[in-house]
Amino acid sequence: MKKIFLIGLALSLYINGYSQLYMTRTGYIGFLSTATLENIKADNNQVYAVIDAGKKEMAFILLMKSFLFEKELQQEHFNENYAESDKYPKANFSGSYTGDVDLSKDGLYPVTVKGNLTIHGVTKAIETPATMEVRSGHLLGQCVFTISLEDYNISIPAVVKDKIAKQVTITVKIDCTPK
Amino acid sequence: MRIQKLIGTACLLLFIQTANAQTDSLLNMISDSQAVHKKTMYVAGTFKAIHFVNMQTIEQPAQGSMNFIIQHRFGQLNSGAYNFFGLDNATLRLGLDYGITNRLAVGVGRSSYLKTFDGYLKYKLLRQTDGTEQMPLSVSVLGTISSYTQQIVAEPYLNANYRTAYTGQLLLARKFCRKFSLEITPTYLRYNLVPTVNDKNNIFVIGSGARMKITNRTALNVEYNYLLPNQVVSYEVHNSFSIGYDIETGGHVFQLVVTNSQSMTESQYLAQTPGKWSNGDLYFGFNISRNFNITKKAKASSW
Repeated sequence: MKKIFLIGLALSLYINGYSQLYMTRTGYIGFLSTATLENIKADNNQVYAVIDAGKKEMAFILLMKSFLFEKELQQEHFNENYAESDKYPKANFSGSYTGDVDLSKDGLYPVTVKGNLTIHGVTKAIETPATMEVRSGHLLGQCVFTISLEDYNISIPAVVKDKIAKQVTITVKIDCTPK
Repeated sequence: MRIQKLIGTACLLLFIQTANAQTDSLLNMISDSQAVHKKTMYVAGTFKAIHFVNMQTIEQPAQGSMNFIIQHRFGQLNSGAYNFFGLDNATLRLGLDYGITNRLAVGVGRSSYLKTFDGYLKYKLLRQTDGTEQMPLSVSVLGTISSYTQQIVAEPYLNANYRTAYTGQLLLARKFCRKFSLEITPTYLRYNLVPTVNDKNNIFVIGSGARMKITNRTALNVEYNYLLPNQVVSYEVHNSFSIGYDIETGGHVFQLVVTNSQSMTESQYLAQTPGKWSNGDLYFGFNISRNFNITKKAKASSW
């Protein structure tokens, strides 16, 4: 009985695998809302991201206030009215990916990322195709996916429904170096 | 068998738990790293609009953006049913505010009260920072000039110099929390001409304003300007007190106001407000402001 337990323990440790961390503090996450009257775009170049290539896990975190908009007023409204950045200062993602990435060989590898995305205090499971690239020791990640603002309890008042889309497209670009 | 199953389940649980712990530890790792490399963040949205009601807030248009404001006051509430409780009359100020840089703003206005022209320069000296409390206050300086052009037949000697007044204000504001912001505004007011020798040309006022958010898009404003005593003696004057309700929709801010001051120019409402709240000398009105982005570069830079 003990043996089985030990094997189980060893197995769980083995499956958890070894760590091989890649990290960045200047990752990019941007979003685009395409509505009838107005396109709203915001960029955040201060995204923290870490990829464990051994265990095929990853995590992202960013400050909502670090999103920069074209118009100052949009930025203020984003923080004050929609994201409520004082209440929910951060958004994060933690999850894993499937697909083989050969770290010893430069190249582009398609993967599927799966995990929990937390925005505006609401956590939702998401799954999206993405690519990882091994380039001269760096691990680059790229991904485009869509979220519905309603899912994250961000409501759009009727008066601005022609200016803010219900679905926004999120673009992720990170360039991680071994840690 | 049962024990085996139990152990199997235990192992599975252990595996799931460690797996979760691993992912969370990645998140914790970058979260910690983020906390260590924390950057200074400035507080935004201390107030919704450029004005509480009549008094200016520390808000100003961003670089390259223009703000158009219509300030409208109906007549005196206690003027009777014949005047439809003031709604028959109106006083208006039209204003344009422009952000030269994110710190420096300029504005011009024209008010129907005594046909007054006004202009101002506003400069942001300090900005309140988030959380870390390096800078607890936002501080701006505001200088205004106004000149009324109404013809007064009985006083033909009134030249432009006599008609001009200036104010210098220090705006000290703090956003205490999401909902509550406060501003204190020590004010120096200079009249080039006063009615009698007993009246002071140089006048000091302490202005104050507060904002309480009701919802994300609406807020309650209160404004009180305390005129220090024994400065204005030859005519009746009361402290200007106003209440406003802000409603924000996209690039517009709509403010419903009640005030005992008919005029909307600093040099007039601060020390020339004859109305009294307790007498019902009240003016109902509204401010509507609309923001336009003039230059392509009307961008939020990292500040």
